[in-house]
Amino acid sequence: MKHRSFFWFFLPTALAMLLFIAFPIVSVVTQSLFTPHEAVFTTVEKCDPFGCTKESVVDQEASQALKKSNPLGRFAGLDIYFDRGHLATKEVAEAWQTRKSMGDFFSTLNNLPFYRAMGFTLTYTFLVTPLLIILGLMIALSVNSLHRHLKGLAIFFSLLPLIVTPLVGSLILFWMVDSRGILGTFLQWLAGDPDLSLKASTTLTWIMLIVYGVWHAAPFAFVVFYAGLQTLPKDQLESAQIDGANRWQRLRYVIVPHLMPLVTFVALIQLMDNFRVFEPIVGFNSEAHATSLSWIIFNDLNGETLQLSAASTTSVITIIGVAILLSPVLVQTWKNFKDKK
Amino acid sequence: MKLKYSIVASVLYAFTTLFITQSIAHAGHHKCKINASVSIVGNEFPAIQSVAAGAKKCTGAEVKSNLTADHQKINLPGMQANPASYSSAIIANSSIVPLMNENLIRPLDDLVAKHGGKLKKNQLITIDGKIMAIAFMANAQHLVYRADILKKVGAKPPKTYEEMLSIAKKIRAKGIMQNPISGAYKSGWNLAQEFNNMFLGYGGKHFKANSAEPNVNSKAGVKALKMMKKLSAYMNPDFLTHDSNAANAEYRAGNVALMNMWGSRAATLITVEGVAKEVVDGFAIDGPMTVGGGSIPASTLWWDGWTVAKNVSNAQAEATFVAMMNGISPSMMKDEEIRTQAVWLIDGYKPTPAAKGVFAAAQAGTIPYPMIPYMGLLHTALGKELSDYMQGKESAEQALKDIEATYIAAAKEKGYIK
Repeated sequence: MKHRSFFWFFLPTALAMLLFIAFPIVSVVTQSLFTPHEAVFTTVEKCDPFGCTKESVVDQEASQALKKSNPLGRFAGLDIYFDRGHLATKEVAEAWQTRKSMGDFFSTLNNLPFYRAMGFTLTYTFLVTPLLIILGLMIALSVNSLHRHLKGLAIFFSLLPLIVTPLVGSLILFWMVDSRGILGTFLQWLAGDPDLSLKASTTLTWIMLIVYGVWHAAPFAFVVFYAGLQTLPKDQLESAQIDGANRWQRLRYVIVPHLMPLVTFVALIQLMDNFRVFEPIVGFNSEAHATSLSWIIFNDLNGETLQLSAASTTSVITIIGVAILLSPVLVQTWKNFKDKK
Repeated sequence: MKLKYSIVASVLYAFTTLFITQSIAHAGHHKCKINASVSIVGNEFPAIQSVAAGAKKCTGAEVKSNLTADHQKINLPGMQANPASYSSAIIANSSIVPLMNENLIRPLDDLVAKHGGKLKKNQLITIDGKIMAIAFMANAQHLVYRADILKKVGAKPPKTYEEMLSIAKKIRAKGIMQNPISGAYKSGWNLAQEFNNMFLGYGGKHFKANSAEPNVNSKAGVKALKMMKKLSAYMNPDFLTHDSNAANAEYRAGNVALMNMWGSRAATLITVEGVAKEVVDGFAIDGPMTVGGGSIPASTLWWDGWTVAKNVSNAQAEATFVAMMNGISPSMMKDEEIRTQAVWLIDGYKPTPAAKGVFAAAQAGTIPYPMIPYMGLLHTALGKELSDYMQGKESAEQALKDIEATYIAAAKEKGYIK
């Protein structure tokens, strides 16, 4: 393609990317570097149905004057990044110096919101991503070997978890695993413990979230792999068969290498998605046991507090996290691209 | 023949009654005419739904409402817009604070003088001499119990949390219920509110005098947490996921004998369909309980009211005020169903039996929920950090230390403390 025509083709996309990706990132980074002005309080009389009291309120005139003189707020630099709600450098250093053992250090670390969220987010990402790829591949292989009359039906049912909205899907499961729900009661019967509660146990909650994550995202991997299987070169498979390769060997040495670029693609998308795990935490009401970076952002933007700087900082950290997570895959893709050239 | 007559007569009678009630219901509303659109945002419970429905009876321009439990997440950004997306926010003494902090609501003195004829003085929320909101109901958390179950174990309704524990113990020991206590203990806002109740009951003060410095890491704080832990031992093991709705569902299902519940929700607890007869018959309410030998109830007093947005035209502000006044019109107090929904502050309200708990709370000197700029941040910090303690993962002292640290980090960011 000529450079000129490429430019005109790409222009709308570039504009959209600038508008919807670049500008918001610039805005978020800016907001994470500034915090609101110091509040000016005055004590005034407040009267309500229960009587009058003298209490403090924000002095609007003084606050407006401060805002006008400097609309962005106070420049905080990286202060918010290092405070207790985020990287908590001071607290981590203190925990390291006063540690009694490594376990003690990690439990202090787990007490800090950012590291606790990272603990769950990373566990979730690195368990769910490979598991869903394996499960997706298994479903794709089994559907592919079905009789052609059954395929349509099987594909439809395999896709259902993807069709269900994540929040709704997790809510339905949430009710089922309630200690009075069908799954919850079954588990109590299975364990012979009437007090067993999935929602009250951190380990069980984590397992539940991970199983849910795999269940929800496996169909995506399935669709991609199933499409890939349709392009499988028949002659290559047949020659492998003639060479005496058994079913497993054909899978291992012919099918999987053929699907490898798709595996990379699915891994890329899912790493990104799983790192931003959010809906199941809300749907399962599991914030007492598991939080994620996205959940922290959501919680900081709660109406009564609205910590914009804190939320922006966590957003920037999430972007950096995704970039780090994707870097090995991206580097690999770049290398492949260069080799092909 | 006789039968035919009686049928005709009863049909006629039914129609006439219907007609009369309809005309009574409309009597107070037919005057409401507005000439600019109104948009309401607010929490979602029966009393507020009635207020919004009353406002919507106005004719001349459109009245929209968005009632949701997540109202606090949308009213602030909605009213920051210019012109504001919501011309009125229905708020309580906690949720008015963010709107005040950001200067998003309009003083109402001129509109009260012009259209506020039937308002009582205690409905006017004044801050520094300016009317900032119109209150229409009072609310408090108080005891809801099952009289039949308490009778079975020979207990009187508890006046203190210690008595509540000993009754729960008896109920469990007799095998009547495994988990007789419930409450809104969902981690987050609800759990933090239960802490606030208990903390105030033990005589705690949330902040150091005249400052934004937190003061929850104290003896009262530790005692409050220990009491909450003791209570949770008699709750459904999923208690950290139960908000008011879930706690009420447990009560309706007959699984619960004692709970601390909002007046605004307790009144309509047994009016839904499908509640077992023994639950309906055993339903009883009483004032809030005290704790640790204190005299002030472990609860907080609340008012709910409405505001008018600052970022709307004068015409729209006036239309909003008129429509909202129609939503709290004294004529509504003739409707028995609306009357039971809340403890109304509206002129002409005669208390129903359902109001007993909230009235008892007010008479016993319950402390109103603090209406100060930094209370929201502390409440959020409490909500974030309390669940670890409730799960037995850390000590009460550590939990309180974490709460203060979380609050201080947030308060520094917001510029409340240096």
